[in-house]
Amino acid sequence: MPRSAALCLESALGAALRFALIALIAFGAFAALLMAAGMDPLKAYLDTILYVFGNGYGFSELLVRMIPLLLTAVAAALPSRMGLINVGGEGQLYMGAWLATAGALALADQPAFILLPVLTLLGFIGGGLWALIAGALRALRLVNETISTLLLNYIAPMIVSFFIFGPWRDPQSSSYPQSPAFADAARLPNFLHTRINAGLIYGLVCLILYWLLMTRTRWGLEMRAIGGNPEAARQLGLPVFRYILVVMFAAGGVAGLAGMVEVSAVQGRLVSELSPGYGFVGFLVAWLAGTSASGIVVMAFLFAFISSVGDILQITQGLPFAVINVLMAAILFIVLGRRPAGSLAR
Amino acid sequence: MPASQSKGASPFGASMPHSGGPALLEAYGIVKRFGSLLANDIGFFDVRPGEVIALLGENGAGKSTLAKILYGYYAADAGEIRVQGARREISSPRDARALGIGMVFQNFTLIPALSVFENIALFQNDLPAVMRRGDLLDRIRAYSERFQIAADPWQPVRQLAVGEQQKVEILKQILAGARVLILDEPTKVLAPQECDGLFRTIAELRAEGFGIVLITHKLREVLDSADRVAVMRQGRIVDIVDRARVSQESLLELMFEGALTAPSRPAGVPVQHSGADALTLAGVSTVAGAGEVALRDLSINIRPGEVVGIAGVSGNGQRELGELILGLRQPRTGTKRLWGEDASRWSTATVRERGVAAIPDDPLALACVPALTVRENLALGTGRRYRAGFAVDWNRLDGDMARSFARLGFPRPGFETRAATLSGGNLQRVVLARELALNPKLIVALYPTRGLDARSTMTVRALLAGARNDGAAVLLMSEDLDELFAISDRLLVLYRGTIAGEFGPADFHPEAVGPPMVGAGRKSDAA
Repeated sequence: MPRSAALCLESALGAALRFALIALIAFGAFAALLMAAGMDPLKAYLDTILYVFGNGYGFSELLVRMIPLLLTAVAAALPSRMGLINVGGEGQLYMGAWLATAGALALADQPAFILLPVLTLLGFIGGGLWALIAGALRALRLVNETISTLLLNYIAPMIVSFFIFGPWRDPQSSSYPQSPAFADAARLPNFLHTRINAGLIYGLVCLILYWLLMTRTRWGLEMRAIGGNPEAARQLGLPVFRYILVVMFAAGGVAGLAGMVEVSAVQGRLVSELSPGYGFVGFLVAWLAGTSASGIVVMAFLFAFISSVGDILQITQGLPFAVINVLMAAILFIVLGRRPAGSLAR
Repeated sequence: MPASQSKGASPFGASMPHSGGPALLEAYGIVKRFGSLLANDIGFFDVRPGEVIALLGENGAGKSTLAKILYGYYAADAGEIRVQGARREISSPRDARALGIGMVFQNFTLIPALSVFENIALFQNDLPAVMRRGDLLDRIRAYSERFQIAADPWQPVRQLAVGEQQKVEILKQILAGARVLILDEPTKVLAPQECDGLFRTIAELRAEGFGIVLITHKLREVLDSADRVAVMRQGRIVDIVDRARVSQESLLELMFEGALTAPSRPAGVPVQHSGADALTLAGVSTVAGAGEVALRDLSINIRPGEVVGIAGVSGNGQRELGELILGLRQPRTGTKRLWGEDASRWSTATVRERGVAAIPDDPLALACVPALTVRENLALGTGRRYRAGFAVDWNRLDGDMARSFARLGFPRPGFETRAATLSGGNLQRVVLARELALNPKLIVALYPTRGLDARSTMTVRALLAGARNDGAAVLLMSEDLDELFAISDRLLVLYRGTIAGEFGPADFHPEAVGPPMVGAGRKSDAA
């Protein structure tokens, strides 16, 4: 089918061009802002590019940042195909980390080949159950899932704080509230000598499963049907109630995996400031990617790069890290500006 | 410009003679293609002041396309449009409105949360920053009275019945300066008594010198209300004829060029199959939510090989009855049995799996997902039949569905096209093809021919009768008494959620069935 192949190529080229334009405008606007503040944007960008692509360390940091973004983006994209808006990735990430930590502390003497699968499962269940609260409230037609997932984001970090200030507080670091360090067997391994960890595999596997689910399975079809016309889905006998519960649980679980990866691979313990808003940025990534799997990879890369820009500005120009929120917002505005209002999916 | 002046300043002011003047709108040589499909190839079409011109044709004949070109919704590939004799470019609905052309779509464009007044004000071409409410309000009141449109300006549109909303839509167009009014299948969404109201309004507008384009495929409406009839076939206007010189037969001949065989009344004696009743409702009552009708003490039984017709004005519990049978609604008291088994608590999936097919009254809203392709829509609700591991056996589905389209004699749409791009009639065909492909044992049909052209209507009726002859049970709910009389073996009248009469074929005439439909003299000769 040469014609459809050509069409595919054409649309891929078009997408790449649009992506480049969006990035250009956003980075340009941010540069103007930096210049107005008396900074040298060009130097900041060049520094970032040198840092990220110039040596293995910078690039590996970027990939480490991508992991939670990939996972939380899938957590937002999956329910959105069914017309559910999950903005609770952040809270689900925290609860996944919390339950994984409980497992790591309770089973500290187990070997890695038992501990790591158990922690992964616990991370998934922790995030999943947290999202299931919102899913059940929605399925019972009590509370809109957008509201409940958003509000649950504020509760989850407090539960984590309660535990690391109280029962799980590390006796060896009296000044700083955190859980005891995980046993080595509870640490997700890194690749070779980089900081890139096995969480990247989790992220990519989840993305591939997500893509297969939506495009190849009848469940994906039924989810898209529910998202496209819930009333027709009901009339045709699709189990909408069950779908809402299962999909919210699965989405929360994927975000919970991000939390498990953060405590098990990156931090090695449960800390209070576990996530600098990965859940929210992941939602943004899913939105900008139009919930397509390949788009999520591209957008997660872009946002990981942006946070590297934030690092550089912090180090070389003494600006607060939060400055890059301006850049993220600029990208959001540009994309919203050229897309009609509506759901996450295009 | 203050709203109050626009009427007087209109280039075609009210002093325009009511008929015989220059054409309000003329179209020459309009050509429109969608890909390889020639949607429109119009030699000449005009709308004169003070007339109703009907655009008549079957589904897909190009009526809506022509209307959308005149309204600037589509750009024509070639051709010329003249308004009041002057050549004009109409490249958007905004241009069309500025030139005095208005259109009322099948799906209204009102904003439900806003009041009638606000909806009308929003539509004015030059809405000033600070509205002068009084002017517009006076004009709304004056026009509503003149055109028999009863509407409280302050009532939110969502509280209005469909017929009222349609009239507000018309009012909105007139107040925005429209002199040519295009109505796209206006009676499709209306109950019979609402249709009468619409045609009264149309008559008033005609008398005031408006040019009305009535898009329809219902012959009776054309014969009753049109001054001229433009008959369309395959994108072309085959003829424009004066009402006085046509009959139902000559119009049918023009529409179908003799391709339509005379409607055959499916022959009478039902095949009685042994075994349990397909459906038994015993003393069923349901609870009604807001805007719904409660079913009260309903007892219905349908045997295999029988068509039971449900007559009644829509909104008397038809939809609720359909939902009850499909398991979308639970009986509060009483029991529902399917083939002898207590099915009162079965899920919709189970009901469908056991062989119940549903043809809903509004396929776009209730049976289709517009964002999915036709193929994907055909796969929905087929239960376990096409499961292949985690996926769907698309090849088998394609084969079965293609056969179903062929059996029904429907043109097969591209399975890859998105359902949203299909016309209402074609969407109805997709739903029919899907529901009837699986050889259902009980068919629940709500207004199955609403929105279909004459030929497809005949096919569907023949099909339901054929399914009956093959031993299926059919519950047919319709507002069209002719349809009910043609294929029912028994007729029940539904009035306010309860059975108000039961009739055998001997009593199939409007004088007998009519009164209980409106709650007059509870009659029952059989029950």
